[in-house]
Amino acid sequence: MTARGQGRTAFAYLTPALLVLAGLLAYPIYQLVLISLYDYGQEQVSGGAPLTFLGLGNYQNLLGNQQFWTVLGQTVAFAAVCVVGTLIVGAFLAILATTVRTWVRMTLFLAALGAWSTPAVAGSTIWLFLFDANFGFVNEVLGIQGFSWTFDKWTAFGLVAAQVIWCSFPFVMVTLYAGIKAIPGEVLEAAALDGASAFRTAWSVTLPLLRPIILVVTIQSIIWDFKVFTQIYVMTNGGGIAGRNLVLNVYAYQQAFAASEYGLGAAIGVVMTVLLLVITLFYLRALRRSGEAL
Amino acid sequence: MRLKTLVAVLGVGAVVACAPVQSGPTNTSTDEKTGQLRVWLFDEVNRGPKEAVVKEAISEFQGKHNGVTVDVQYIQVSSRAERFKAAFSDPKSAPDVAEFGNTDLAGYVSAGGFSELDLNGWSESKDLVPTILDTAKVDGKTYGVPWFVGVRALYYRTDVFAELGLKPPATLDEIAPLARQIRQRKPELIGISAGGKYLFAALPFIWANGGEIAKQDGGKFTATIDSAEAKAGVAKYAELIKDDICPPATCAGNGGDASVEAFRAGKAAMTIGGDFNRKSVDASSAAGKYAVVPLPGKTAGSIAPAFAGGNLLGVMKGTQRKTLANEFVQLLASKKYQQKMYTAMGNLPTFSDVQKQVSDSDKFLEPFTKTLQSGTKFVPVTPAWAKIEAQTVLPTMIQEVVTGAKNVDAAAASAAQTMNAAFAS
Repeated sequence: MTARGQGRTAFAYLTPALLVLAGLLAYPIYQLVLISLYDYGQEQVSGGAPLTFLGLGNYQNLLGNQQFWTVLGQTVAFAAVCVVGTLIVGAFLAILATTVRTWVRMTLFLAALGAWSTPAVAGSTIWLFLFDANFGFVNEVLGIQGFSWTFDKWTAFGLVAAQVIWCSFPFVMVTLYAGIKAIPGEVLEAAALDGASAFRTAWSVTLPLLRPIILVVTIQSIIWDFKVFTQIYVMTNGGGIAGRNLVLNVYAYQQAFAASEYGLGAAIGVVMTVLLLVITLFYLRALRRSGEAL
Repeated sequence: MRLKTLVAVLGVGAVVACAPVQSGPTNTSTDEKTGQLRVWLFDEVNRGPKEAVVKEAISEFQGKHNGVTVDVQYIQVSSRAERFKAAFSDPKSAPDVAEFGNTDLAGYVSAGGFSELDLNGWSESKDLVPTILDTAKVDGKTYGVPWFVGVRALYYRTDVFAELGLKPPATLDEIAPLARQIRQRKPELIGISAGGKYLFAALPFIWANGGEIAKQDGGKFTATIDSAEAKAGVAKYAELIKDDICPPATCAGNGGDASVEAFRAGKAAMTIGGDFNRKSVDASSAAGKYAVVPLPGKTAGSIAPAFAGGNLLGVMKGTQRKTLANEFVQLLASKKYQQKMYTAMGNLPTFSDVQKQVSDSDKFLEPFTKTLQSGTKFVPVTPAWAKIEAQTVLPTMIQEVVTGAKNVDAAAASAAQTMNAAFAS
């Protein structure tokens, strides 16, 4: 078979996957970009008004808006806290799970799975009940009835961040646990024979071996936490007092989709996609530079 | 070859889809006289009585029209925007007749959702209260029949007022000092339960001070929320959401329901509530211990202009059964069925004679009908209002003042700016 023929065969095998990707990914993104270039409101959708091509008008409008930048900064900071928190809690519990007895581990996993499988709306509402100013369990235990967790900007963000970490650490924990378990015993044994301390083993053997897994869970967490919607929407009642707890996704929904400004909403969506791509690329590059190929 | 085909297919796809989709013009040429008439009504917390009245109307309607069935779907108020948007975008999934809030009217009409109604042939229509009928009009054309109206007034706890030897406030400016005094003497109570998101409680303060949300000039709206009068009203309202009356930590995030809820829980000495809140208050710890007076205006004896909320019944533009839809609207919104709806749900009728009839027989309604008679006001009738509402422009302004994030001038200025941007688009 010629090289050309081989290429064709390979292409034929890849076609189904390409078609699925094109249909599920490329086409929606194409539509998103397209809509972001138009003045596209409810009137235009239902055919009551003609379409107007705005070019980059929606983007100019968005980037010139002071509130957008505030919300963007909040989103980045909020996502950063959630990602770091999720990774720390998840990694700590994964390591703990490898050292404890089976029934403790089972209990830990069952509890984690419970948190993981709770729907976001239900989880957020339950947390709100727990932290209710007057009737909440937490305030009763702490003896601070009447204290509102959701009023102040920072306690509100903290509460939501805690909820996000609570429902996303199980993924990190389970994945890392599987990764640690997959490290061959011979490697650890060799390190022990060479006289490496437990810390040294963890730092120089386990961690480098876990690298690909840590990479995946970090990127996943960044993407998830950057796109948080439900928790903020439910727990701060649509973005907090005077919108001070808004994150980008809720902002996009409120300013654009609820207000039927689909063009502007699409522009926010495009900006978010680009940002996430850039963050992920930087992260990949930084990792590659600091160590071996992935 | 395969590659070329793929490229060709993708290329054709790209050409076909080079602009965002729009649904085509709706076909309204047919007017069938039989078949199924689809109706959307709002779901309520306690829907039973409403459903019973509607069923009665349906059987009367089906009795008059052979071969016609009426299918009612109850939709959630909270997700109405999505439902209606979907219905406008896809006329096939749309109902023929729908109940909708009068503040949504302008947006729905400009989206091409509802058709103009001709009420001339309907004898009862002359008794509709003109200011209420105005809430069903856009640019002088009527797009709905007011089914019921809702206004708010001042609820207060008679036991607390008697114990402290107080009288209900006679002017708008007396409310804050009175509420402060109550909280001082009974610190466990909120003086008046006002909410940072409770726009319909704040509007009378703005209107009574001579302010307006926006003014219309030759079809173009301009925000006037930053006028001196409007700002005075905003300041008066924001004064209520302070630690010595209604602490921001509790009240700043509250909308209408949560504000009334505090009164129901017995935690507030006063609140601004609607005629539609009566049943829920009567089923609460405040039952039998409260009375209602009209929200007073600037001068003693006057009444602050209230917001005329309420729901309309309209005929969808894409309907295939225009005549039937019109007849059903006129039946369900008729005096007979408004009377029945009042008995079932406590909904205030929109006909002046029916209004008088029900308030004569029920003393409770007097403050509300008085408020209606003294003149009500409405939000700007423009599709931009739906956007301003979705972006929570005015509640954000109030919350900014309440939390001290901005002073009244700055908050009103940025609200006016956002509103003007919405009016211009």
